[in-house]
Amino acid sequence: MSATLPGSYLTQGYTLGSWLATRDHKRIGILYAIAVTLFFFLGGAAATLIRLELATPAGDLVSADTYNKLFTVHGVVMVWFFLIPSIPATLGNFLVPLMIGAREVAFPRLNILSWYIYVLGGLFTVAMLVEGGVDTGWTFYTPFSTMFSNTHVIAAAAGVFIVGFSSILTGLNFIVTVHRMRAPGMTWFRLPLFVWALYATSLILVLATPVLAMTLTLMALERVLHIGIFDPALGGDPLLFQHLFWFYSHPAVYIMVLPAMGVVSEIITCFARKRIFGYRFMAYAILGIAAFGFLVWGHHMFVSGQSVYAGMVFSMLSFMVAVPSAIKVFNWTATLYKGSIVFSAPMLYALGFVGLFTIGGMTGLYLATLAVDVHLTDTYFVVAHFHYIMVGGAVMAYLGGIHYWWPKITGRLYSEAWGRVAALVIFFGFNLTFFPQYLLGYLGMPRRYHEYAPDLQLLNVLSSGGASILAVGYLLPLAYLGWSLFKGPPAGRNPWHAKGLEWTTSSPPPPENFREVPVVTEAPYAYDPEEPVR
Amino acid sequence: MSAAPSPVPAAIPADIPWRRETDSLGMWIFLATEAMFFGVLFLAYAHARIADPAGFGVASRLTHAWLGTTNTAILLTSSLTMALAVRNGWAGRRRSVIALLWATAALGAAFIAVKGVEYALEWRDGLVPVLRFTYAGSHAQAVERFFFLYFAMTGVHAVHLSIGVALVAWLAVRDRDPSHPVRRRETAECLGLYWHFVDAVWIFLYPLIYLVELWR
Repeated sequence: MSATLPGSYLTQGYTLGSWLATRDHKRIGILYAIAVTLFFFLGGAAATLIRLELATPAGDLVSADTYNKLFTVHGVVMVWFFLIPSIPATLGNFLVPLMIGAREVAFPRLNILSWYIYVLGGLFTVAMLVEGGVDTGWTFYTPFSTMFSNTHVIAAAAGVFIVGFSSILTGLNFIVTVHRMRAPGMTWFRLPLFVWALYATSLILVLATPVLAMTLTLMALERVLHIGIFDPALGGDPLLFQHLFWFYSHPAVYIMVLPAMGVVSEIITCFARKRIFGYRFMAYAILGIAAFGFLVWGHHMFVSGQSVYAGMVFSMLSFMVAVPSAIKVFNWTATLYKGSIVFSAPMLYALGFVGLFTIGGMTGLYLATLAVDVHLTDTYFVVAHFHYIMVGGAVMAYLGGIHYWWPKITGRLYSEAWGRVAALVIFFGFNLTFFPQYLLGYLGMPRRYHEYAPDLQLLNVLSSGGASILAVGYLLPLAYLGWSLFKGPPAGRNPWHAKGLEWTTSSPPPPENFREVPVVTEAPYAYDPEEPVR
Repeated sequence: MSAAPSPVPAAIPADIPWRRETDSLGMWIFLATEAMFFGVLFLAYAHARIADPAGFGVASRLTHAWLGTTNTAILLTSSLTMALAVRNGWAGRRRSVIALLWATAALGAAFIAVKGVEYALEWRDGLVPVLRFTYAGSHAQAVERFFFLYFAMTGVHAVHLSIGVALVAWLAVRDRDPSHPVRRRETAECLGLYWHFVDAVWIFLYPLIYLVELWR
C-alpha cells in the first residue's frame, strides 16, 4: 500500500506476517474488511443465481434442491459473514479507539483472536459449500433441520457457532474500550453517535449471540442423537426452537442497523455542516432500540401457533420500536433542515439510507400488524421489507462509511465523481430490485420457491434486471477505490473539514493513533455552517 | 511512542488500578455472555419439565442425590478458598495465596472426580441416552430427555470447571516466581470471578437435578 506515507500504521512492516500477527486495531479493521468483502461477493454470487432463476416462471436454471441451497447460502453468508461483522468489525475496529482518543482497544490480543475465529468459522462454511451445501434456509428451522434435511446442516451450524465467538469478543472489547479508554474530557455525552451505536450493538452482540450458539448446539445434538428437544415426533417443541432462534436473530437485525445509523449520523452532520439535531435523544434512541429489540422476537412467529395473547403483546412491542426509529429519522431530517448541504459521495449513500430505511421501517409496521401479517407471512413482501433494512439500510451505510473514512484509512482521496455515480447506480438498482418484490408479495408470491405463476413474470423480470444494475453498482467501488489505493492524491488530515477526534490525527493515523493524547473540550459535531467542506 | 502522559498505560503494568478495573469489567461482560449461554439450557429444561412434570420427577429420583450434595459442598468450599486467595493476594501474602490456589484447584478436581463416579454409576444403570439407555419404566421418553439435559448441562458445566482448574493451577505455578506479583493478583481476581460464576451455575443445577422432585 502507501509506501510514501512514513510513520503511519500502514508502514509498520510490509510482510504478510506483520499483518497476521498484528494487534493494531486499525490493521485488524483492514483484515476484517478484506474478509467480509470476499464473503459479500460470495453471498452476492448466490443472489445472482437466485435472480437469474427467477427471471422465468419455470424452474429451468437450477433444480428445486439447488435453489434451496442457493438461498440458504445467500442468507447464512450475508447475515453472519457479512452484515453482522461489516460495520462493527471493520469501521468499528478502525474508528472506535480513534473517536474516543484512545491508542488501542482494551484487549488487543482478543481483538486479533476474534479475526482468526471469524476466519475459522468462514473456512467451515466454505468447506460446507464445497461439500454440497445446506438447504434449511438460514433459519435452520426444526424439525426439518434435525430430522429430514440430507444436507450438511451440522457443518453449517458449526460455522455459525464459531463465528459467533468472534462477534462476542468484538462486542466485549468495544464495551470495555468505551467505558475505560476515553480521552480526558471525552464524557459520555460528548461521544460521537457512531460510538454510541457501536456500544449499543456490542451489548446485543454479547447478550444475544450466546443464545444462538447454544440453540444451534441443541439442534445439532438432536440431529445426531435423536433426543427430542425441538422435534414434536420425539416429544420436543419446534416453537421452542423458533423462540430461541429469534431471540437472537431479531436483535441481530439491530446489530446490523444500529451501526449503520451511527455511520449515517456522522455523515449527515458533516455534509449538512450542522450540529446533529437532538443529540441526546439520538443517543437515547439508540439505547432504546437496542433494549426494545430484545422484546419483539415473537413477531416472526405470528402464524406459528404461539399463543394469540403472546402475538398481541409482541405486535404492540414491535410498534413501539418504531418510536425511537422515527426519532432518528426525524432528527436526521431536522439536521438537514437549513443546513449547507453538500451532495458528496458519502452523503448520497447516507441520504439513500434515510429514504430506504424509512420505507423498510414503515413496511415493517404492516408486518407487525397481526391480521395483515397473516396475509403477508412468508411472501416476497417480507423479503422486500428486510432487504430494505439490511441492504438499503445497512449496506448503503457501510459503503457510505467506507467512502467517508476512506481518506482517513488509506490517506488517499478517490474519484468523487465515480463515487457519486456508484451511489446513484446502487440506489436505482436497489429500488428496481426490491420494490417490485413488495408488489409480488402483496399479490401472494411465496418466498423460497424456484418457480412461480406466469402472471408474476413482469415484476420478477424488473427485479432481476434491477439486480444486475445493483451488481454493477457494487463492483464500481472496487475499481475506483482500488485505483485510489495506489494512485489517489494524498488526502491530508481532514479532507472534509469534519469534526471528531479521528480527523485531528494524520491520515493514515500513526500506529499509536495520536502523537499526543487529545483533550476534549467541546461538544460533538460543533460544525461551523460557514466553513466549506473542501 | 509519544512521551506525553496518557490515561491509557502504554505497557502493562504501568497503571495498576486502571488495568485492574478494566480486566474485571471485561470478565464481568464475558460472564454475562456465559449466563445467556447457560440460560438456553435452563430454558430447555424448564420447557421439557413443564411438558411432563411427572416424568421429570421419576427421572430426578434416579439421580444420586448424595453425590450431588457432596459435590455442592466441595464446590462451595472451593469458592471460599478462591475468595481467600484473591483477598490474600491483595494483602501481599504470596505463600498463602499459592496454598489457597492449590486448594481451590484440588477441590475443583475433586468435584470433577465425583462427577466422573456419578457418570460411571449412570452408565452402569443404563441411564446414558443413545449410548446405553436401558430404562424401561414409566415416562421413558421424558426420562431420556431429562438425562440428555442432565448430561448436557453438567457436561458444559464440567468443561467450564476443568478450564477453571487448569487456569488456577497455572496461576499457582506462575505465582512461585515473585516478579510481577501485582499483575498476577489482577489475574487471580478475574479468575476468581469466573470461578464463582461456575459455582453459581452449579447452585442452580443442584436443585433442578437432584432436589426438585425428591420428596414428592
